[in-house]
Amino acid sequence: MAENNRAVLKLKEKFAASIIDVVEFRGEVTVTVNKDDIIAILSYLKQSLQYNLLTDVTAVDYLGKRADRFMVVYQLYSIPQKDRLRIKAPVAEADSRIQSATQVWKTANWLEREVYDLFGITFENHPDLRRILMTPDWEGHPLRKDYPLQGPGREPYKGRLS
Amino acid sequence: MATTEKMTLNMGPQHPSTHGVLRLVLELDGEVITKITPDIGYLHRGVEKLSEHRTYHQTIPLTDRLDYLAPMSNNLGYVLAVEKLLAIEVPERAQTIRVIMAEMTRLQSHLVWLACHALDIGAMTVFIYAFREREVVMETYELISGARMTSNFFRVGGLSMDVPAEFEKKVRDFVESMPAYLDQYEGLLTTNPIWVKRTVGNGVISAEDAIDFGITGPALRGSGVDWDLRRDNPYSGYEKYKFKVPVGENCDTFDRYKVRLVEMREACKIITQALNSLKPGPVLADCPQVCYPPKENVYNSIEGLIHHFKIASEGFPVPEGEVYQGVEATKGELGYYIVSDGGNKPYRMRIRPPSFVNLQAIEKMSVGSMIADLVAIIGTLDIVLGEIDR
Repeated sequence: MAENNRAVLKLKEKFAASIIDVVEFRGEVTVTVNKDDIIAILSYLKQSLQYNLLTDVTAVDYLGKRADRFMVVYQLYSIPQKDRLRIKAPVAEADSRIQSATQVWKTANWLEREVYDLFGITFENHPDLRRILMTPDWEGHPLRKDYPLQGPGREPYKGRLS
Repeated sequence: MATTEKMTLNMGPQHPSTHGVLRLVLELDGEVITKITPDIGYLHRGVEKLSEHRTYHQTIPLTDRLDYLAPMSNNLGYVLAVEKLLAIEVPERAQTIRVIMAEMTRLQSHLVWLACHALDIGAMTVFIYAFREREVVMETYELISGARMTSNFFRVGGLSMDVPAEFEKKVRDFVESMPAYLDQYEGLLTTNPIWVKRTVGNGVISAEDAIDFGITGPALRGSGVDWDLRRDNPYSGYEKYKFKVPVGENCDTFDRYKVRLVEMREACKIITQALNSLKPGPVLADCPQVCYPPKENVYNSIEGLIHHFKIASEGFPVPEGEVYQGVEATKGELGYYIVSDGGNKPYRMRIRPPSFVNLQAIEKMSVGSMIADLVAIIGTLDIVLGEIDR
């Protein structure tokens, strides 16, 4: 059960106020936290609970589905303990900013640049926040749900897409 | 008075040793690299965006085109993630064939890595030899799926079809011949003074830095971190096979070379064990809501045809939730994070590309070394731009 997860027990002790939700699904534990404490939580997990590898940083766009439009997702892995943990932080569209995890892991640099490029979420205190996959002069953020599949200013595809 | 100034040099995107469309903007002090700014995205096809508009089965061919040197590893990670969401059990025969093909893919990908890495440093012969062996893997791909590269062979719930009768002998002959070929490559390289001079002490990255940069796979093991997802978080029945996980000591290009060569020998052992345990049986889960019906039903009965049509056109609903599935792909940890809203298409699919994350460390590995060594560092990172840019 998620309540007995080693990270969840410690997080509930230390950061009880900032935990929004704890979910277990198919054996994977997801902890949703307040974005203001994200760096404190990530550094605590790295330093004290051996979650030393930041596997991935990404985002999900819940346009029209949730009050806070974006969810930034961190996948952590502990090489000594060989277990995973997923940390999520909701980010509102009106204030689509979150602290950069580059101060905790260097690998966050490019991963956050990609989220910035494709979702338009700003990472504060990021050393080099530029677009990475799209060209520097690109307009819009392609992985947002309101960005058309064909790209902006183009006739929608009339054929069948499943 | 003579003055020296730094020179900015553009390398790529059309450059034979950048392995695709990688562009590096180098800042040089004489021949020494002082700064590297990688520029990627030339091959961006929006796979993650496309997958949000396709049914779960229609996304499988897109995954072939990520790391196009290892299509079956990509398929494997994806189908495992969808199966985890659906909570369906895959028959043993399908799992075993998946392992055989994933390891064949590892051999193929490492052969291409060895061939190109050696060619970049100037050893032409190895290139020709390694591509000769790779051809057998391509033929095996063709035998079972009809395609040499974009195999599209795995399905959610199992495989697209059973393997033909000659498959077993072909694979067995290949893995039996492989150790002798590997001895041949090692004979050409391991003690070759040019090879040793070019690779020992080149591209050093310590274990702490490697983990900090998120490096995974053989590149991390070359830095002495004993971690392999196949052993530590097994999937698709890897817990049944005995194999060694090689680790390096000196964190340099030579150690990463040795790690990958041992991995190829271990892959042969895994394939032999898997072939020995291969028993006849179904290759698709008994789950008609998700899996395609057998082909003889599709061709011979109206119910089978309707069933096939429904799965192919509408797809299948997937329970609401989110999963992350990582597999030990040939380049490192390949992860699929899928968010489902209960519909027949992924609400969001994120691919965690190992090459993308590994490439980030190139600046750490090459600042301070000569420009000629950069070619060896690109080779040792074993990147594929199809996966970096997606």
